[in-house]
Amino acid sequence: MVRIFKHTYTYKVGKIFAEQLYEFISTVGEVMTYGIEMLKCLKNFNTRFKDIMEQASRFGVSSLPITLTIVEMTSIIIAMQVAEEMVKHGGGNFVGMLIAVLTVREEGAIMAGFAIISMIGSSMASEIATMKVTDQIDALRVLNVNPVQYLFTPRVIAGTIMMPFVVTIASLFGIVGGAIASNITSELSYKAYFDSVWFGLNMHDINVCLLKSLCFGFAISMISCASGMSAKDGAKGVGTATTKAVVWSFVSIVIIDLIFAAAFFY
Amino acid sequence: MGIEVKNLVKTFDDKKIIEDISFKVDDGKILSIVGFSGSGKSTVLKLIAGLLEKDSGEIITTGGEVAMVFQYSALFDSLNVFDNISFALQERKELRNKYTKKELRKIVAEKLELVGLSGIEEKFPSELSGGMQKRVSFARAIVTEPKIILYDEPTAGLDPISSTLIEDYIVRLKNETHAASIVVTHQMSTIKRTSDSIVMLYNGKIVFEGTPDELCAENTEYTKQFVNAAIEGPMKMK
Repeated sequence: MVRIFKHTYTYKVGKIFAEQLYEFISTVGEVMTYGIEMLKCLKNFNTRFKDIMEQASRFGVSSLPITLTIVEMTSIIIAMQVAEEMVKHGGGNFVGMLIAVLTVREEGAIMAGFAIISMIGSSMASEIATMKVTDQIDALRVLNVNPVQYLFTPRVIAGTIMMPFVVTIASLFGIVGGAIASNITSELSYKAYFDSVWFGLNMHDINVCLLKSLCFGFAISMISCASGMSAKDGAKGVGTATTKAVVWSFVSIVIIDLIFAAAFFY
Repeated sequence: MGIEVKNLVKTFDDKKIIEDISFKVDDGKILSIVGFSGSGKSTVLKLIAGLLEKDSGEIITTGGEVAMVFQYSALFDSLNVFDNISFALQERKELRNKYTKKELRKIVAEKLELVGLSGIEEKFPSELSGGMQKRVSFARAIVTEPKIILYDEPTAGLDPISSTLIEDYIVRLKNETHAASIVVTHQMSTIKRTSDSIVMLYNGKIVFEGTPDELCAENTEYTKQFVNAAIEGPMKMK
């Protein structure tokens, strides 16, 4: 009976779910372990400002063109789909508000998060994973340099600080993109659009967005570094670690987003 | 006394990889750990370097730095040769402000000269041959003036001439630093050219302990099989 059940679709899907749940829990465990070690390192802070700036430039500057494009495009797509309909049904005065609230509360941060994970998170994970499988992490240890201090601290500090900066600029671009799309598709004036934006947005939205971005930045950089550090078994291990970083960073920011939505907007 | 290992035991997943081994290396001497692949040689080095936790036993050292040269050099590929060699001096908190940039340049130049690679400070590891990378990793290892130097298969993957050069540098570094050195290898040429003493491991246990001459005398079944690279014998390949 058991043997027959093992060949069913339900069993196979259940097994995959169980394996992924196990991987998620073990990733959370790894992140917490390294997080605690990093906090200990912060107590004995030894990271150079230059190293933090280097990572900040990578996180917040190199990624900017793609991130801005993705967020702006998403806002334009939303505006193209809703502006005309809203204007047609007399809701033209609310288009700016809709796009702005949507961008600031949700789309700006989450789309920027996805872009950063794909570009920066994956590269952080593969870089550290390559160092791990080529004994460079062991070499750090033998040279009495703490790998968590040397590799994690500048990346996590830079990621946490730069993410709100990236999200703020991306959201502004998104709102402007929405204005252009609304103007082109439904001839909504820029004045009507931006009046609606100021009417709809408030400081609470912006503060929550910034706080959420901080959490995203911390989660992405921490999970990426921890996944890289857990790599083993050569080139395959680097690939696995990078996939793990991307997948669990995506999952983590969606969970953080859910928590923020429930805590601040429900 | 440089380093003494007493009754060292290491287990992975309930399997004993290192089983109650003991040996001693004096300052200025080289001990080679030999044996077939998977016999636990590199594990011993990692235990001494502190990269693995021992289950039981003692590792007693005279103190001071322990340096390790890795099998595939493990140079930091995003850093140039200068930054690789001076890494510990630049990154360790207690050493960070000890040297000026000029002094670091001088130290690195001295170490590079010692390994016969003067003037390559600005090159990146990817621009160097395997043998050169290995010698740069020697220079990186000795920059903190270690009392113990561990070499994990230093001639692996090198051509015979490069191997000979590396073997010469191992002896030269021993003479310059007077460090106690442990070389993990399975190359007879490395054993003969560098070692003062040898331990042979099989299945995590010491099956022979002696000098290179005693190994080559083939007085035991183990040494006979190893020296002649024979498939038949007491040591079975997995």
